[in-house]
This record gives sequence, C-alpha cells and structure tokens, in this order.
Amino acid sequence: MTAIVEAILAGDQRATGEADMMLESAEWAAAAFARFDRARIARIARAAADVAYAHAGELADAAVAETGFGVAAHKKIKNELTSKALHDLYAAEDFCSARIRAELKMVELPRPAGIVFALTPSTNPVCSVYYKVLMALFTRNAIILSPHPMAKKCSVRAAKLMAEAAEAAGAPLGVIQVIEQPSLPLIEHVMKSPRVGVILATGGTPMVRAAYSSGNPAIGVGPGNAPVLVDDTADLNAAAKRIVESKSFDNSILCTNESVVIAVESIADRLLQSLKAAGAHVAKPEEVAALRELLFGRGTFNIDVLGKSAIEIGAKAGLKLPANTKIILAEIDRIGIDEPLSKEKLCPVLGFLRVPHAQAGITQARALVRLSGAGHSAAIHSKHAPTILAYGAAVKALRVVVNAPCSQGAAGFGTHLAPAFTIGTGYFGSSSVGENVGPQHLVNWTRIAYNADAAEAFGGFDGLDAWAGGPALALGREAPMTLGRLQEGAEAVQNPPPQPPGRAGDTDEMALMREEIRRMVLEELRGALRS
Amino acid sequence: MPDHMPQSPEKREFIAKSKQFWNPAKTQAWQDMGVDLVIDRREGYLLWDMDGRRLIDLHLNGGTYNIGHRHPELIEVLNRGMQRFDMGNHHFPNQGRTALAEMLARICGGDMHYTMYASGGAEAIDIALKTARNATQRRKIVSIINAYHGHTGLAVAAGADRFKKIFLSDQPEDFVHVPFNDLNAMEDALKGRDVACLIMETIPATYGFPMPLPGYLAEVKKLCERYGALYVADEVQTGLMRCGEMWGYQRYGIQPDIMVTGKGISGGMYPIACVVAREPYAGWLKQDGFAHMSTMGGAELGCLVAMKVLEILERPTMRPMVNYIAETFRNGLHEIMKLYPDFFVGIRQCGLVMGLEFDYPEGAKPVMKHLYENGVWAIFSTLDPRVLQFKPGVLMTADLCAEVLERVERAVGLAHAECMERGRHKTRAA
Repeated sequence: MTAIVEAILAGDQRATGEADMMLESAEWAAAAFARFDRARIARIARAAADVAYAHAGELADAAVAETGFGVAAHKKIKNELTSKALHDLYAAEDFCSARIRAELKMVELPRPAGIVFALTPSTNPVCSVYYKVLMALFTRNAIILSPHPMAKKCSVRAAKLMAEAAEAAGAPLGVIQVIEQPSLPLIEHVMKSPRVGVILATGGTPMVRAAYSSGNPAIGVGPGNAPVLVDDTADLNAAAKRIVESKSFDNSILCTNESVVIAVESIADRLLQSLKAAGAHVAKPEEVAALRELLFGRGTFNIDVLGKSAIEIGAKAGLKLPANTKIILAEIDRIGIDEPLSKEKLCPVLGFLRVPHAQAGITQARALVRLSGAGHSAAIHSKHAPTILAYGAAVKALRVVVNAPCSQGAAGFGTHLAPAFTIGTGYFGSSSVGENVGPQHLVNWTRIAYNADAAEAFGGFDGLDAWAGGPALALGREAPMTLGRLQEGAEAVQNPPPQPPGRAGDTDEMALMREEIRRMVLEELRGALRS
Repeated sequence: MPDHMPQSPEKREFIAKSKQFWNPAKTQAWQDMGVDLVIDRREGYLLWDMDGRRLIDLHLNGGTYNIGHRHPELIEVLNRGMQRFDMGNHHFPNQGRTALAEMLARICGGDMHYTMYASGGAEAIDIALKTARNATQRRKIVSIINAYHGHTGLAVAAGADRFKKIFLSDQPEDFVHVPFNDLNAMEDALKGRDVACLIMETIPATYGFPMPLPGYLAEVKKLCERYGALYVADEVQTGLMRCGEMWGYQRYGIQPDIMVTGKGISGGMYPIACVVAREPYAGWLKQDGFAHMSTMGGAELGCLVAMKVLEILERPTMRPMVNYIAETFRNGLHEIMKLYPDFFVGIRQCGLVMGLEFDYPEGAKPVMKHLYENGVWAIFSTLDPRVLQFKPGVLMTADLCAEVLERVERAVGLAHAECMERGRHKTRAA
C-alpha cells in the first residue's frame, strides 16, 4: 500500500468506528454475561485473578520501565494485592444471585451496569486494570478499558492477559476489551456513547469532569492532599516509621499519600528525630526553597518528579542526600495558596508544619483539604479518642486513617476499609461515591416488593430460576450459549429445534424420538387443518 | 394497500411515473405483492420509505449493505479519496487497485494471488469463467440447477432458465446444469474431462439458501480436481463474514481455484467486484494483460471503499459479533417456529445467511408482505418462493435484533392467519 492510499484510509472515523464496534460487541457480551450464575463467575474471576497474580512482578517492572514512575517492588505488591487479595475478598460476596428477603416481602435481582468504561491512570496502571477488571467480572459486567497513553503498553498487556484467561474459562468473547491507541477525542466519543452503562474514571481532574459531563452515569474521584496530624499522645517512633513507609511506598504515587505532617509543637522536634531515624532527610531552609522551585516552579506540579525517588529528586534539586534517604521533609510555616508545598505532591517530598496544639492542627488540616483534596483522605497518629473524633468530624475527608500508613491504609490495605484504587471523594469532592469504590457500585438491584399488608402473602421464590419463567424470546434466554464463538453444525434446523448439546439425557435416541413425535403431531395438525 | 398504510398522492404519482419511464412490470409486481416501497433516506440498517415509514433492512440487497447503509467510515474514505482520485485510467497500474489486490491476496492466503476487477458481480463472474476457460483450454461450464450468478452473457447462461430464455441467452451446448447436493450428477457432468470449471455459490442465495449437505462441497472440489475442472466459488452473498468467516467456503473447509466477491465489497457506496484467482490459473494476465478490460472495473475510488470494508470486517470484534447475532436469531426464530409449527417449518442458516421455510405455496410472499407492513424489509427467494431470505447485517446491535424478532413474531402470526384463511376458502370452494 502506498503512503497516499494509507493516508486516505486513515481518517478520523477509523478510531471511533473501531471503538463503536468494541462497544457493540461488549454489549452482546454483557447481555450474555448477565445470565451467568455465581459458580461460573467464580471460575472466570479466578482465572483472570490467577493470571494477573502470576504476572504481578513482570508487569510491575514493565510499568516502571514505561512510565518512569514509582518503585517496581512496591508496584509488584500492589499488583499482588489487586489480584489475589482482592479476588479473595470479592469472591466471598455474591453479586449474581437473587436475594429473597422474606422478612421484607421482597426479592432483589442483581442488574449489572452492562458496559463499564474504565479509565486507568499512568501512576497505578497495572493494579488499576486488575482492580477494575475484577470488579467488572464479579458483577457480570463487560468492561472496556482506556489506559493512560503514558502507560498504555503495560496496561494493554495486563488487560489482554486477563481477557484471554477469562475467555478460556468460559467468559463471553468481548467481555474484557482495551483501547490500544487511546486519545482524548476517542475517550470523549466512548464516554458519550449510549451503550456505556457507567464510567469508572480514575485520572486527572479534567478527565473526571469530562466523565461527569458526558451524560452517562459516572463514578469519578477527585485528587487527594492528605494531612497527617501527630499529637502529643502518639507513639512517635511508630508514627514516624509509618509515615516514612507510606510516603516512600511506590515513591508516593498513590493519591492517598500524606502531603503535610502537622505536628504539635511539644513533640515536633522529637518527631523529626524519629522521622530522620526512619529514613527521612530534613531539608534546610535553602533546600526547601530549591524543592519548592523544582516541584512547583512552573505553577503546577512538575510531572518530571512524579513518582521519582527521594534520591532522584534530591539530585534534581541540588541536594546531597545519603543513599538510604527514603523521603524528604520540607518544613513550611503555613498552609495555603501562598505555600505551593502545601499542595498535593505525588512524590516522596513531605511538608512539615508545627502547630501549638491539636486544635490548631485540626484547623490547619481543614485548611489543607480546603486547598485541594476535599473528600479524599486524612491520617492521624494519636491515642486520644476525642481528638481523633474531632479531627474526623472537622476535616472534610471521607476516610481518616488512624495510626497507620495513609497511602496503604486509606486504600484499604492494613485497615478494614475496602481495598480500592478508586477512592470516592463524595459530595465534598464532587463525586457520586463517597466510599472506596467496590463491585457493589457496578450493579443495581431490581426490587420486587409485595404489599406490606399481612393479608397479602409473600410468594414462594426459593429455588426458582429467574430466567426460566419468562418469555424466552424477550429475554434472549439461550442467546449466550456459545458466547460469541462459532456455532458448528448450525446449518439446517427443522421445527422443533434440537436441544443444546450437553444437556442431561440428550442422546441421539431421544432426539430421534422427539423428531418422530413431532412428525406425527404435525401430520395430525395438518390433517385437522385440511378437513 | 391495507387501510393502515395509506399512500400519499406524491408517492402514487411517483409510482405511476416509475411505470411510465423505468420498469412497468417490475414496479407493478411489487404493488401486487403488497410492497409499495420507494426507499428514500437510509442509515445503518434502517430505511425510510418516501412516505416516511421506517423499515429495518434484512434484505441488504443481497448483502450489499452488509455493514449497513452509508457507513460513516465509508463516507469518509470516499470523501477523502475524491480529494485526490477519481475512477482512474483502467489501462495503467494504479495505487488503489494494486493495494486492494495485495490486501485480497493476504486475506485469501495460499496462492490466491491475483485480483481482476469488474464493476459488478455478473461481470466478475464472466471474468472468472473466461479465466477458467483460458487456464484449462476447455469450454464447458457446470453449474447448479436454479443457480443465480448475475445477468451478463456467461453469468446468465450459467444461471436458471428464469432469466435467460426471455433473452434467448441460454447456451445449452456449453453450459451444463446439475441438481444441488447430488454428487452422482456432479460426477457425471465432470467425468468427460471437458469441463473448464464448476461455478457454485457456496450457499445458493436466490434458490433460498439450501444448505450444502455435510461433505458435499469438499467432495465436489475433489471431483473437480480428479477431472481437471476448476472450482469457482461465487462468494457474492456468502463472503465478507456473512457466514462467520471472511469467505463462506472456509466454513466448509475447501479452497477454491477462483473466487468472486461482489455486492458487499462495494459497501453499497461505490460499484466494484473482484475475482481472485490462484496463481497457476491466472495465466492470461501474463499471456495478454489487455485481453479483458473494463473502464469502470476496479475504479480507484471503489478500491478504496473495498479496502475500508475489508478493514472493518477484519477487526477482532467482528467475528464474535457475527456469532452473537447468528445465535440470537437462531434461538429467537426457533421460539417463533414453535408458535406456528404447521407453517414456519424450517430455518436454513450459516452464520447470518439464513432462509426461513414456510409450508405453504409461495409462503414467503405473504410473510414478506406482513413483515413490510410491520416495519421489516426482507425478500422472498425468487427461485424458491416458499423460502424467505433473512439476512441480518454483521454490525446489527442487540437492540435492533430484539426488535426484529418482535416484529417477525407478529408478522409470521399474521401471515399464518392469512394463509390458513385462504386454505379454508379453498376447501369450501372445493
């Protein structure tokens, strides 16, 4: 093909046309998938999770190589958590079966969203794919993933591995698809498609706003900027270790990472010593200025330092750091628009602010979240329940992690929050969901509700198959049988149709007998009509 | 016309004019069958009659609109192509033609190497038959009784009497016809070793899509090899993913010597048809490349459209989609069959190539009429009017399939009632 011909064929409609076909085939897959029972779903999800787990390390390396963000060893942990651990967690729940609630005279039928359109970020590419795919599988949804262009290679590979495994385990063809060449116009096109059931947006604020303005239901989340308050009742050594562990985890690339330590003056110096002992470098004033310039000199957060290690950032800012430095502490004297270092920092640079007492700390934490990160996360290290409660009530964060690393804890690892890489920022943060997003957000329920009057008896629903009683034509009851695979031997069918293969008692003999009975009935019918 | 389908004065006037200037008998025949269709606007798998009635297109003009009417990607490629090209000068190598030939060679595989171009399916059939004659230096052509291959000289001679006697175009000395699915008859026709080629639609469309018996096509191919005849696959209606594979013959495990694709390859946007031949049998292209010429055959704009059609059909999402649609219709139609077991008696199906059998003389005609009145356009089989050709497109959406099934259920019920009523009248008269 000459370049001229290739150029003519490569119009704008090619990408949208391909995407429309993905949506159409996903729609078929979703219709088939919505009929699966829990046991089939369990097998498919297991297969997808297993292959994801097996490639956790390889894809962690690939993500770091492709994006330059984060720490491969930490990404491997996240990949393992979002495959095996997440699978085990979701597998214990049932999003597939009808719930008969006799006490409420109600039957609840799960209704999947259909097609989940999932945007995945460059910062946590592979684990976000894992997490979103597993949520979709457990809720019997088809999913179309659109990875961040910076991380498309590793994300596409992760999605395809899971798709192949799921299909091999019996999933309908097209249930997991991935856009290999994502672009903004293409994403907007898909977002606006009437075929999309729900958009699961993780990414920058513009992307999340686009999802919300698409006209389709969307679950999008805002940015984080977590304060961490340390009061005079805290175990300072433990707090310091947890803060350093959190802030250095995957080079602080999780949006749940701590942004500014707010330390009560009476323990501030001791806390600094403990932080140093745990691997923090405390920047001198001139170093703080250099960091401010490096991170925010251009107005917005410098993407060159996103997910980079403390050592790399030190080198860029002209700091000489010991090789074992895990994070850099930058002491600041205020929270606000006039101190850029009080903004969200997706890198292991942590602000440090002294306050006279816990009450003032709560005020400053509120100010930090007001600046950015509303509805996201906050942490506190304290043994004083009234302070913890007051902090939780005053700060506009929807999860407050206590005496644990915030990066991991707010994302549901090491706390009893739901493990998630989509952290709902709720109404504070212009989001429809305020929890850690889980499978429950991808399924609605039809509620069959009886008259509450005791005179009206509740029906006997136990053991009934929801899809057996209705008009097969309307429900497309048997349509999913081959799940998008070629149906061999479908050439000529006489009335009545043969039973699907593999059904108990469906021997050739029985088929012949049925055929004979059918012939006799037909002859009788025709005879009756003739006379 | 039934009362609920009033005709506008404009339409009445137009139909009269159509009889006056275009084709009186054909125009009238449709009115007699209760189908007063004058297609106006069209988009995807939807047509709008000039009176504004919406119809779902399950005729697709024989698969011409396989990927839908006015597919946006085809409109775009045609627009872009027209900024630079026109039909081209058929004497010279041109970029579009060579690119499409290269693409077809890749898709067909093996030594299916050369593409020859026509402006329509019949012309392509003529080229294929001439190519076989040149390659074998034999004259005889074997085809199926009631075959349909188009209306040009050799193509019409290979087809049913229905279309050739009227023009005195039968050539009984060179064209032999054998019954479909009859291997003995086929062997008898071939064993004189004087046959240039057998030409066969993989599933005969106009004959109502009777399905080849298991092993039939493979045996026919073997017979061709044994007696030195070429196997020409007419894939005009069965190709282009309609059977679930790019070419229908792939479903039957055979490799033709020459293959003809038309209708759908044009996307319904720019007329083009292609003959793809195995390298050893395309000898005339080396012997005398000017021997067959066609000013509009392989027009460069048509080649661009055809490449886009193939590109769309080759996308990985296409195959599962065809299978989903095929199975949805198979299952949905079975449910309807169960409702009318004395009338709707069979489904012939290979992918999206489907024929619905009705146990009533010309039974597909009342079904067609009631479908038309209920917003679906599907056509009966000219050469077996008991069978309705039922041809969903490869890009049909789930919602549209569900809607078709609802409408078919209603229409088959009405046609059933009408036929039974007619039957009672006849009995009473007797």
